[in-house]
Amino acid sequence: MDLFEHEARELFSAHGVPVPRGRVATSPEQARAAAVLIGGPVVVKAQVKTGGRGKAGGVKLARVPDDAEQVADYILGMDIKGHTVHKVLVTEASDIAEEYYVSFLLDRAERTFLAMASVAGGMEIEEVAATRPEALVKVPVNALTGVDQHKAREIVAAAKFPAEVADEIASALVHLWEVFVAEDATLVEVNPLARTGGGAVIALDGKVTLDANAEFRHPDHEAFADPGAGDPLERQAKALGLNYVKLDGDIGVIGNGAGLVMSTLDVVAAAAAEAGARGPANFLDIGGGASAAVMSSGLGVILGDADVRSVFVNVFGGITACDAVADGIVQALAILGDAAAKPLVVRLDGNNVAEGRRILAEAAHPLVTVVETMDDAAREAAKLATVPTSTEA
Amino acid sequence: MAIFLDDTSRVVVSGMTGAEGTKHTKRMLAAGTNVVGGVNPRKAGTTVTLDGHELPVFGSVADAMAQTGADVVVLFVPPPFVKDAVVEAVDAGIALAVVITEGVPVHDSAVFWAHAVAAGGRTRIIGPNCPGIVSPGLANAGIIPDDITGPGRIGLVSKSGTLTYQLMHELRDIGFSTCVGIGGDPVIGTTHIDAVEAFEKDPDTDVIVLIGEIGGDAEERAAAYVKAHVSKPVVGYVAGFTAPEGKTMGHAGAIVSGSAGTAAAKKEALEAAGIRVGRTPSETARLVREVLAETA
Repeated sequence: MDLFEHEARELFSAHGVPVPRGRVATSPEQARAAAVLIGGPVVVKAQVKTGGRGKAGGVKLARVPDDAEQVADYILGMDIKGHTVHKVLVTEASDIAEEYYVSFLLDRAERTFLAMASVAGGMEIEEVAATRPEALVKVPVNALTGVDQHKAREIVAAAKFPAEVADEIASALVHLWEVFVAEDATLVEVNPLARTGGGAVIALDGKVTLDANAEFRHPDHEAFADPGAGDPLERQAKALGLNYVKLDGDIGVIGNGAGLVMSTLDVVAAAAAEAGARGPANFLDIGGGASAAVMSSGLGVILGDADVRSVFVNVFGGITACDAVADGIVQALAILGDAAAKPLVVRLDGNNVAEGRRILAEAAHPLVTVVETMDDAAREAAKLATVPTSTEA
Repeated sequence: MAIFLDDTSRVVVSGMTGAEGTKHTKRMLAAGTNVVGGVNPRKAGTTVTLDGHELPVFGSVADAMAQTGADVVVLFVPPPFVKDAVVEAVDAGIALAVVITEGVPVHDSAVFWAHAVAAGGRTRIIGPNCPGIVSPGLANAGIIPDDITGPGRIGLVSKSGTLTYQLMHELRDIGFSTCVGIGGDPVIGTTHIDAVEAFEKDPDTDVIVLIGEIGGDAEERAAAYVKAHVSKPVVGYVAGFTAPEGKTMGHAGAIVSGSAGTAAAKKEALEAAGIRVGRTPSETARLVREVLAETA
């Protein structure tokens, strides 16, 4: 889960990483009040979970509270790369002498953690990484020993931070590592980590990604949930505990196991291109235990998608027996009744497949076609997606 | 012969007395696996009877090894307990730990992996979040259905469980030496490369099937390894060409991986290494048949 800047800032502050004074505002009036409270010039920053907001005009300096109110009015409601701005962070404006970059993250390839640091921080860090990779140092961090003062010094030396801020940066790194471990983050990034004219080191902007698998030991992270975000169908599916992602095609896809469903999307996309259909309408993994209830909620979400014209149910019965899956489909259709008004192509294979196919044949639901192989089933679903519905005909 | 697991393996199941552990221990026994006991600190000293097999429960992997000579542990313990359980297994010096559990925090996986490395690498870890490993006809450690196919000369390594089953099914008339489900988590104990290296050395494997999916750069690395070190034919498959782009990771994710981890990039890397890559599972199966026909 990616956090908003102001949430990252909260975690930084809680673990002793220095941050500027600031407040969140959801209205121009609140932004004004925040500016009054902070005193002096402030920066008003759009809170969106995407990059490039500065270039999009989502970050503005305000000298006096009137200005803060005015720029907040301008920024709130802005659309930045498809993200609507619902809140702004108002922070004291810092007198920036230099901008650095530091982060901790997971290095999948090396199966360890990594510190990255650069004296050339700021908006162009990706450019720096691409054109002057030597200016961005990468220091492996052992998961058992972590980042103590000694390790922090090693990172500071490797990145060649100026001697006069070495202590402050090392200390910030130790605290930032604490955020990374204590909060179960997979990424903590400070960019820029600024040196002020007065010689202080301060985290002016940050990104934090939290590990959803660690939620069980962080009940407090629930406050970061962003229930209003995303597609309405995705929200509905999430509430039902389904692993669902909305796509922009017209063929609904349900399967078991993330790998098989991803593979199904590919096969459906190819079949759709041949048949003149648009492609997969969604990713939906019902997991190992495809009970009637799970199948029913999954089908319910997919059939409720106005873009869907046909549905492909692709199940390989590994642990789950195909007869249980077939029962699930039949029961789901019975529960949904007239709401199930789109053709279903079902491919079952594996554990107890003969019994599964027999159940579907016996039910003889007019909307269900059973096809033997994944490739043929995808072609059938694609063909059905191009057939005009009765209201269109 | 097979890789990592065969009929000499003596298997203990950590979390055997839980619902999943019990169900799958029965399946492992039915597959002919030599299951010698379970591990559960709260039930140490008791005995569990599963389908006529009387299985002792030990307080730790170390105890189980001392009493039974176990050399494989399969873990079904819930996510909050996985880190300590794997660390205990590594400290006991067991040869293979198969971590089935899904939903393990990545910091925990990073810690037990670092611990295993620091211990000298004597314990091979498979997983977490994986279906385990089966050497058909010999032994089954995990949740891969044993009845899809029988023993044969194809070696398979995959991130995905159900794609493993699908390919086993498509090639069930030929059979497999060993199928390893390595799991799709960011930190895993056994990689594509580890399995490919072992298959290359295994006299009973003629062709290697390598299944990948989007994310990370494990497939790209495996491709480079195959090009440099593998003489046996390798057939690849990558899932996720139409998957939407993942969440942005700030600047850091893109900087560190150097590639987007897309299916297209992986397919390209595999093909550049001389690996034939199927566009669908069925085409992948067809390529395996072609390769076997050519080498026969």
